[in-house]
Amino acid sequence: MSNDARRRLKLAGAALAASAVLLTAACSGGGGSTASNGKVTIEFSQWWGSELPKGDLQKIADEFHAKNPNITVKLLTQPYSSLQDQTTTAGVSGTLADVVGLDGAWVNNLVKQGALDNLSTEIKSTKYDDSQLASQIQIEGSTYMIPVVNFVYPLFTNDDLLAKAGVTTPPKDRSEFLADAKAITEKTSAKGWILPLGTTNPNGVQNDVMSWLWASGGSMLKKGQPDLTNSGVKDTIDYVKSLYDAKVVADGTFTLQEPDKSTQFTNGQVGMMIDSLAHITTIRQANPNLKFSISAVPAADGYTGKRGIPYASWGIGVANKSAHKAEAWKFVQYLMSKDVNANISSLAHGFPGNSTATPDFTGADPLYQQAFKIYQAGYPANEFVGLPTSDQLMRDFDTELQKVLNGNESVDAMLTTTQATWKKAF
Amino acid sequence: MTAVRLAGMPRRGAGMRPARNVAPYGFVAPTVVLLLVLMVVPIVLVIGYSMLHGAITTTAPTFVGADNYIALFTDPDFWNAALNTLVFTTASVVAHLLIGLGFSMMLNSRLLGAVPIAIFRVIYILPWLFTAAIIAVLWRLLLDPQGIVNYLLQAVHVVGSPIAWFGDPGTALFAVVFMNIWAGYPFFMISLLAGLQGVPTELYEAARVDGASPLQQFVNVTLPHLRPIVISMAMLDVLWTTQQFALIWLTTGGGPISVTEMLSTFTYKLAFTGFDFSSASASAVVVLAFSLIVAVFYVRSQRAER
Repeated sequence: MSNDARRRLKLAGAALAASAVLLTAACSGGGGSTASNGKVTIEFSQWWGSELPKGDLQKIADEFHAKNPNITVKLLTQPYSSLQDQTTTAGVSGTLADVVGLDGAWVNNLVKQGALDNLSTEIKSTKYDDSQLASQIQIEGSTYMIPVVNFVYPLFTNDDLLAKAGVTTPPKDRSEFLADAKAITEKTSAKGWILPLGTTNPNGVQNDVMSWLWASGGSMLKKGQPDLTNSGVKDTIDYVKSLYDAKVVADGTFTLQEPDKSTQFTNGQVGMMIDSLAHITTIRQANPNLKFSISAVPAADGYTGKRGIPYASWGIGVANKSAHKAEAWKFVQYLMSKDVNANISSLAHGFPGNSTATPDFTGADPLYQQAFKIYQAGYPANEFVGLPTSDQLMRDFDTELQKVLNGNESVDAMLTTTQATWKKAF
Repeated sequence: MTAVRLAGMPRRGAGMRPARNVAPYGFVAPTVVLLLVLMVVPIVLVIGYSMLHGAITTTAPTFVGADNYIALFTDPDFWNAALNTLVFTTASVVAHLLIGLGFSMMLNSRLLGAVPIAIFRVIYILPWLFTAAIIAVLWRLLLDPQGIVNYLLQAVHVVGSPIAWFGDPGTALFAVVFMNIWAGYPFFMISLLAGLQGVPTELYEAARVDGASPLQQFVNVTLPHLRPIVISMAMLDVLWTTQQFALIWLTTGGGPISVTEMLSTFTYKLAFTGFDFSSASASAVVVLAFSLIVAVFYVRSQRAER
């Protein structure tokens, strides 16, 4: 064989080897690892790191490592918006990180995929005292997600706009809210309320519509099944429509998203909104001169019972295919321990998932302490958590609600149609 | 010509070592592997999923044959998305072509000096430099009820109260089509400008000598020269516009009341909010089949040009 031919053969061999590497890379998965000295590295995928002050989550992971020298936690931080799709596809391919940051809306589907570990088993086998947990997200009686931090959604009111409209205190019931919203719209250049019903992320149904129902002790479920035709839901939709028809709602409702809500409130374009407590800092930074208050979401007139307050969670779970479930569960227990949980909650400006933990309000915005009182006076309510394809349920509801507000459909027809659609998902 | 084989020389190929025969395959192996991993395997998998029930979401999906396709074709939401996609694509491609042609002819005109042409060229090509996310944010701000467009329209008394262009079911489809036209015309403009600059000036001179009017020159000289470019661009644009996702998702999300729902957003929702990967795969295969038909016409038109 000539030198030229040899060279060509070598090149062809190298190309073949490169293809083999490509194939191997394409077929390889992720996950934690075990070193030869018995030390374990577990992966923790979440969006929290991007929302906490820089480096704080890493500090918590390092403190865990200091107490458990054989376990290292590798943080995989992604923005919330991209993590949902990634978690879904990783659940399918069996490449979920050992410890997974979860939103309650994702749980049902991941459990169906067999991607999440049954934490009830871990709780039982390690004799963990789960009475300290404020809540657990369960499917068919088994726990798959534990809320680490809860973010409540109270009513935000712009003090200056309310004063200009002649309103002295935030509204306590629906009639007061409608009257105040009308006064703001008529006497100022702002709108009374903002209702984001954009379908890109349809969580306005949960936070801005169903919150009215839960605040009056109502429910959209009956024995775990959809119950949208009950009088509580109907009254709520009738009420939302009355606000829309009174033209006190900010323009563009059908495509507005949650960020638009806080932006318009921050800019003084709307007088009232139901929003996450987590946005207090953002609002203060964006408009330091804005004076605003928070209060419980108004209840139906005459309602005196406890008010459900909508919430979103930073939840946590363990991958079913993790090779280091014991270590992953140890890390979950660490995050849920009284002091660590109180610390994370304080850093995130949320409320602890450990009911024995108290967030440190020292130096924090006084509104947090006020919100904690509202939280303690009511109960966390979010019936979408743990439901099958909850995003799709919200979107179905959203599209039908838009028809009602646009005058294309009656409230009764909307609720009957949505009930039938939801039933299929269950 | 006759091939002559010298005495004692091995017959071509017969005496070559097997290793030398393998070498060409080694060279093409990386490309073949990449095509397999990035194209063939995903397409085959999606076609396979489209014939299963509970693909991806269940550990034991069942074979259902064409059931997902039947469910898809009997779903009014699918036909709503298909119709919207047809309107969106047709309007976008026609407008891209007309605006692109108009601007390219302006930039090719001798009536303007070099400096104004350079300035216009920069201005006209600007939309092409923005990513979909920036275009979406830009148009959301412009068309916001409190945005500049509403302000101007109110100032000149064209509208009495602000219009939520993306949020009103009566205007949303028009708004996304308009945004997509704005985002896509520069590609046509640049390609057609290159085509216009390649038309021999002698042909125009000959046409003028024959007494042809400017319109006749355009119809009989310019258009025949641009025809191959126009056909290629139109078919590529049909493919791209049919699959437009980002601009729709970031502005209307398919709403309000599904008036801007396209096949792309419909498929995405089936997969990532309904977690119905089987139906989503069936929908994706339908889009793929349509794209393949257009691609076949595109390849044929390319061959015919040669």
